[in-house]
Amino acid sequence: MRSFIYLLIGVFFGITMFKSEAASWFRIYEMFKFDAFHMYGIIGTAVVLGVLIVWAIKRFRIKSVYGESIIFQPKEKSVPRYLIGGFIFGLGWALAGACPGPMFTLVGAGFLPILVVIAGSLLGTWFYGLLRDKLPH
Amino acid sequence: MEWIYEPWPWYVSGAAIALVMLVLLLVGKNFGMSSNLRTLCTMCGADRSSEFFRFDWAAQKWNLLVMLGAVIGGFIAANFLTADAAVQINPDTVAELQSLGFESAGGAYLPDELYSMEQFTNPKSLILLALGGLMVGFGARYAGGCTSGHAISGLSNLQWPSLLAVIGFFAGGMLMIYFLFPLIF
Repeated sequence: MRSFIYLLIGVFFGITMFKSEAASWFRIYEMFKFDAFHMYGIIGTAVVLGVLIVWAIKRFRIKSVYGESIIFQPKEKSVPRYLIGGFIFGLGWALAGACPGPMFTLVGAGFLPILVVIAGSLLGTWFYGLLRDKLPH
Repeated sequence: MEWIYEPWPWYVSGAAIALVMLVLLLVGKNFGMSSNLRTLCTMCGADRSSEFFRFDWAAQKWNLLVMLGAVIGGFIAANFLTADAAVQINPDTVAELQSLGFESAGGAYLPDELYSMEQFTNPKSLILLALGGLMVGFGARYAGGCTSGHAISGLSNLQWPSLLAVIGFFAGGMLMIYFLFPLIF
């Protein structure tokens, strides 16, 4: 039953990514060129509502449907890993036009060359694991 | 219900993403898609070569299901919920992309020049796609999250590190598009 819920959330997420056009390479290009409000509107709306959601969960101590406390892990305090890692991510995001959620949506939508992007991203993740101790964090 | 066949406006899309995050929180999970890449690496045996991949990946099965759902959602949206997939980007952007050689701009969902089936036999496209993916995977793990984990979940929790990551995303993306695209395409 729980498994089915996760799958269903994913289906809704996938439909949203495709229909919002956030999974379109063209929309990512247009965003980085500041040629349209569309992507900023999507992320902005999600973040404004997200801030309210997180605030409400903390303020009213809302529990999960299974009765457990909802815990927000604070991100580790640091600068280099976020700026450098984020920078490298941005280079790839603009080139491939897809981030780790939409990549999978695009497989379902039938754009099979995206599988090359996914293979690359697995390789990149693996490289990070191999080099992690040598990188500034 | 006609509207569903049209591209969703930004406010509907943004609210839908917030809803995904809310529902995941309510079932006790966190919204973050790039963790799946690490899980997939471990499943492929990366735990033999690096400590980073030695973790209880079975505890991440739920996220793999979300990922699988995203594949199914993409299939449903593309095949049953879309009349015309062409993305209507800014006409100036279309003109600019066409001058870079992206003739499909304004008439497709993804550029044919990178994502049509013919690209499987085009070494340049394959290298660019692999390189793009490589940087996404490496950068996401280095930064500890991607668009969902930092730009949505992290910013919603007012995390400074996530703001730094998002600044990094934009710096990298702009460098790619303003300076590297004219050299690559």
